[in-house]
Amino acid sequence: MEKFDVAVVGGGVMGCSTVLHLSRNQMRTIIIDSGALCREASGTNAGTLTLNMTRAALIPYAIKGWELWNNTEKWLFGGVGTRKVNGLSLAFTEEEEELLFKRVEARQAMGAPIKFISGRKAQLLEPGLNDSVRSAAWCNKDGFTIAYLTGHAFRRALKQENVSVREYSKVNKIEIEKNYFKIIFENNEHLKAKRIVLAGGVWLEEMLNWLNVKIKIKCLINQLIITERMPPVMKTVLSIANGLLSLKQFDNGTVLIGGGWQGIGDKKRGGVESIPENLIGNIRLACHVIPKLRYGRMVRVWLGLEAETADALPIIGKIPGISNAYVIGSVHSGYASGPYMGWLLSQLIMEQEPEMPLFDPNRLINK
Amino acid sequence: MTKIFTNDVKKVDLVVLGAGPAGVAAANVASKEGAEVVIIDENSSAGGQIYRAPPNEFQPQNSFKSDEFREGEKQRNILENSNLTALFKHRVWSVSSDLVVSTVGPNGLSSWHARSLIIANGALERIIPFPGWTIPGVIGLAASTILLKSQYVLPGQSTVVAGCGPLLIAVANGIIKSGGKVSAIIDLNSKSDWIKAFPRLLSRPDQLFKGMSWFANIMKAGIKLYGGHAVTNTKQVDNVLRISIAPINSAGSILDSKNQKIVEGDCLAIGHGLFPSTEITRLLKAKHIYDPLKGGWVPLIDDDFRSSIPGVYIAGDATGISGAFSAVQKGRIAGMAAVRDLNVMSSQKYKAKIKSELIILKKNENFGKAAVRLMKFRPELIQTITSETIVCRCEDVFRSEIDEAIESGARDLNQLKAWTRCGMGPCQGRTCSEAIEAILASKVGSRELAGQWTGRTPLRPVPIEQIIGKYTYEDIPIPENAPL
Repeated sequence: MEKFDVAVVGGGVMGCSTVLHLSRNQMRTIIIDSGALCREASGTNAGTLTLNMTRAALIPYAIKGWELWNNTEKWLFGGVGTRKVNGLSLAFTEEEEELLFKRVEARQAMGAPIKFISGRKAQLLEPGLNDSVRSAAWCNKDGFTIAYLTGHAFRRALKQENVSVREYSKVNKIEIEKNYFKIIFENNEHLKAKRIVLAGGVWLEEMLNWLNVKIKIKCLINQLIITERMPPVMKTVLSIANGLLSLKQFDNGTVLIGGGWQGIGDKKRGGVESIPENLIGNIRLACHVIPKLRYGRMVRVWLGLEAETADALPIIGKIPGISNAYVIGSVHSGYASGPYMGWLLSQLIMEQEPEMPLFDPNRLINK
Repeated sequence: MTKIFTNDVKKVDLVVLGAGPAGVAAANVASKEGAEVVIIDENSSAGGQIYRAPPNEFQPQNSFKSDEFREGEKQRNILENSNLTALFKHRVWSVSSDLVVSTVGPNGLSSWHARSLIIANGALERIIPFPGWTIPGVIGLAASTILLKSQYVLPGQSTVVAGCGPLLIAVANGIIKSGGKVSAIIDLNSKSDWIKAFPRLLSRPDQLFKGMSWFANIMKAGIKLYGGHAVTNTKQVDNVLRISIAPINSAGSILDSKNQKIVEGDCLAIGHGLFPSTEITRLLKAKHIYDPLKGGWVPLIDDDFRSSIPGVYIAGDATGISGAFSAVQKGRIAGMAAVRDLNVMSSQKYKAKIKSELIILKKNENFGKAAVRLMKFRPELIQTITSETIVCRCEDVFRSEIDEAIESGARDLNQLKAWTRCGMGPCQGRTCSEAIEAILASKVGSRELAGQWTGRTPLRPVPIEQIIGKYTYEDIPIPENAPL
């Protein structure tokens, strides 16, 4: 019977970061996933590292995350293609301008180095922009990674740190024994661990249910669109005031269009299919912002699942009422801050004072 | 949400995807029974790959009209004289599980909401890479047939024809008949493979006779035929392709890599068999099984060609490779099953009609199955993919990168795609999937464990200009603000 100090269930960026730090602190660890590492939200998101779309309350965490993604060689020993570029959030109408101004103020108050600039100035930073841009929020702590490389980098780091990696293994339930948690797989195999971390993204609600803890987790189905390689049409990360667009061009010339337009799917079936009307809307918006995009071809669309709690803030901390059990997830723009969030949780597990406050799940328990 | 399609979604009883022999047969039978039918194809007219029509601009003179050309004309006439709506030059880019088919055509976007859907999108050509397969002058056997049959163009001045199956003989014969030169034929199959196929081929004596007459033409032309050989390398020296070949065993393993021979030509037409096209059924998340005798992955179907998705039927080679003749019966059965399930046709009538179809299907399928055996995938042929060989040619992914990713823990096809970009290019993996699946399967144990790529829209790359149409900023139905 294998016994671990910590078992992490859920092999996304949150779980991987947590387990990586724990293992570096001499804990015997295992990470478990029903599929392959970082193949859900952590590998299918847009890879945007922007503060312009980050929830104000999470700005300090996102800045730390941004720094980590820009220094992967120091802690991950391998890259995920991080690029540091300027970020712009745009306003095309008076209404959007007002909204943008308010949002910039709120983010500035939380420490984001964002400046409100004129449309003309924005065009100097991004010559590909539509002339009709009125104003923009500019942040130089912006950029992106190539999200689909995340699993590759983490897997190598975890192996190097002697973390046991158990992929394609679906956990059916967790039983609490005297000093251990018994993790039982679909095929009836099981293993034991002194502590557990639930890091199952949109499936956290069901996972917490194993321990009889009830927290509602909503599941968003975000559509993402990529173009064929095309000549350079833009060089910044772009969004619009209300947050419904994210746009960037990778080194290889492909342009990724996202922004949280919804497709069809649910927790059970995952992402099922895109909604053509939402694709068209999203692409129209992208082409409005960067007119030259219209000369490209749409080559692939996929769906990424995103978790959201009732108050749209994360749950990171001790699972209420159960000792030695922890949860991490539901972080808005969680990919960007993920490596930092994982480190914070590892501090708590190692009984240290976390560098920044965590997000107590207790507030969300359905009583 | 505001509707932003240029045209509204039109409701119809049945949409048939693909106007090859299976699609035309399905659409025609369903329409005759009284169903409202739309058939959609990206080509400019019906016929599919096998009966592909020449461009309108140059119709062949009578003396150049082959049997296949005449059969194609027949099919095109069927459509012309029926009540069904035929949409050509329309690319289907999305099919949703509630059977909304989205197309982009000469007039922009249009979509159709089908009560039932028949997928008759045929087959793709498998090409197992080897060093030099991406250089100019190397083309597929299927591509060669398009040049010969529809464009009346020879693939080269002197062509080496290589690979396996009926296409090998058809292309060689086609080149000779058109006055071209075949410098050698490199056949994966040995003489004994052909002899084994013979009894089954007898189920269609007419076709067997045709094949044998093609063979006779090849022999008469004195073309050197290397049976049981594979192409292992191609280099361009001046304007000549220097093609290395080596003997293989029945699994495709190279027997004597030191004893390679060189053949020469200015064109290499090569193909390693056909496999069913699963891009739409994967998109719909239909159940699939891997069956080498059907050509590879096929959607699971019942006796009436229903897939695992309600309202979705599959016809023709998409159900498993068995050729154009059986495709007609497969199409007719699927078409009738669809209209029966829609209550347009009575069960009684269906039962009565289906009997004769099944008898013909069996005969034709026997012939087709023999052909499939000759095209059966040989797993060890992946030996020709050396580590410096490009496997995914859209994204320039080398075999060494695939091997490295597998070595570092990519165990399913989708993870392999994420780590190497193989299959991420404009062809959506249609060209490289067979080779990459086979490489991964050789490491993880089986094709089933290697899995399939998740189906994605768009089914074909779509020009963004066509998607967006004319619009103003106010026309964009921007969703509710994201939380601050």
